[in-house]
Amino acid sequence: MKAGVRKFGAADRRLLPEGRLAGPMPWVIAIMTFLTVLAAAAGLGLGSAAGNLDASMASRLTVQIMAANPDRREAEAAAALGALEHAPGVTRVHRLTQDEMQKLLEPWLGGGSLEADLPIPAMIDVDLASAAGDRLDAVRGAIAAAAPSARVDSNATWLAPLGRLIGALRWLAITLVLLMIGATAATVVLAARAALDTHRATIEVLHLMGATDVQVARLFQRRIALDALFGGAVGLAAAALVLVLLGSRAAALGSDLLGSVALGPLAWALLIALPILGVLLAMLVARATILRALGRML
Amino acid sequence: MGKAEKRGRAEAGLASGGSIVQFDNVGLRYGTGAETLSDLSFSLQEGGFYFLTGPSGAGKTSLLRLLYLAQRPSRGLIRLFGEDIVTMPRRRLPGFRRRIGVVFQDFRLVPHLSAFDNVALPLRVAGVADKDLENPVKEMLAWVGLGHRATARPATLSGGEQQRVAIARAVIARPELLVADEPTGNVDPDMAKRLLHLFDSLNKLGTTIVVATHDLHLISSIGRAQMLRLDRGELLDPTGALRHPPRRLDA
Repeated sequence: MKAGVRKFGAADRRLLPEGRLAGPMPWVIAIMTFLTVLAAAAGLGLGSAAGNLDASMASRLTVQIMAANPDRREAEAAAALGALEHAPGVTRVHRLTQDEMQKLLEPWLGGGSLEADLPIPAMIDVDLASAAGDRLDAVRGAIAAAAPSARVDSNATWLAPLGRLIGALRWLAITLVLLMIGATAATVVLAARAALDTHRATIEVLHLMGATDVQVARLFQRRIALDALFGGAVGLAAAALVLVLLGSRAAALGSDLLGSVALGPLAWALLIALPILGVLLAMLVARATILRALGRML
Repeated sequence: MGKAEKRGRAEAGLASGGSIVQFDNVGLRYGTGAETLSDLSFSLQEGGFYFLTGPSGAGKTSLLRLLYLAQRPSRGLIRLFGEDIVTMPRRRLPGFRRRIGVVFQDFRLVPHLSAFDNVALPLRVAGVADKDLENPVKEMLAWVGLGHRATARPATLSGGEQQRVAIARAVIARPELLVADEPTGNVDPDMAKRLLHLFDSLNKLGTTIVVATHDLHLISSIGRAQMLRLDRGELLDPTGALRHPPRRLDA
């Protein structure tokens, strides 16, 4: 057996007193984990929302045929439909029916059939394979040639600021997660130092009996890992509860945008991995802190 | 020479004649103050029994701290077990410390551990399995008269009992060098004699013993012991034994 490599056995765990090692540290870690998981969940949720925006909405166009004369409007709409069906990159073209128009306008114009003398533009939904700029221009050109009174609204235009906001919030969430990880590491450093001070006499005795730095560090890193595990579990459970509650509330709204914030299995796996990473981080930080302090002894 | 071989020779009563500790012009200074120890030059023979005396503040504890590797000297050379420990890399020191038993003046028992666990510490540090350390620890506790207090915490032990636990802990791993700082300061004369007898037995098995004490009565009870006297950080050699062939105190 190589001296100094062997770790202390089960009975040697008693070398440090039973019970909590560093007072409030597990609770601080619980709070940190709670906040970190929430921030990470926000980041992941916004990520999926941004993805949905891109995929389902940004590549959609709305074409309005504005001509006031109903005959001309019908002719232009038919021409535009024909042009769109042959335009490259167009995956779906759909002209809103009279019923759909009525439903759409109901909140503003009230129920009942639309007045014949109220000029309602003809509306065509167009899905593009992608929202690439050159494709968009080609489609615009084709519509303009077929229907002079057409107005083309790209969803990307009004979604862009929303997308940018979601992007910024995502970065904010990532920054928060990183800051929280840093703060957790700092907490562990402080806790490890406090534990070292509390047990300095014991450490000195072990040291003078020939315990290696690694043997002593193991005692502490094990205890701090257990504390971190406790804190991480409590924080994760609380955060998961909040997320599930928020999720059910959001689902009740039935909003496309909020609904797309839902967390998938991969996201949940990532969130559960966070406290586990936290325990590993706590162990490594505690080990480094204690080895550094021991290195100052002869 | 392997450790087992060395011990085997000592147990067979063959004095190796080598020096286990060698000091050359050793000085120790804490911070920027005056030297606590100056120009110490002496060697201790393997298997020897040494008393270190001197008035309070003479530097006895500092000298012992150098011996049990709690401190490096400010200058000079120290060889321990034949190796230069002044320039030795730090990572090699634990292996050397395990060959040294220490009885601290303030005992330094671990407060939340039972007497049994305190005595078992050096064996655990050295990697002895729990099942293998139970009997030796119990025997050692019985030897110092504390067999019935194995589960007691230090706080519930008297000063004398704590001291005996500290001594049991220092000798349990059969160290090659035993360093004791006033080991009989808190026990009655009978127990002091008993503890000294323990040191004596250990010494006969080959352990080199260095005991710092004021107790002249104690010194006279080990006939073959030699004396080092420290005064104001300087070493006096009243028996002339340190640089020259040993001479018995009672000769």
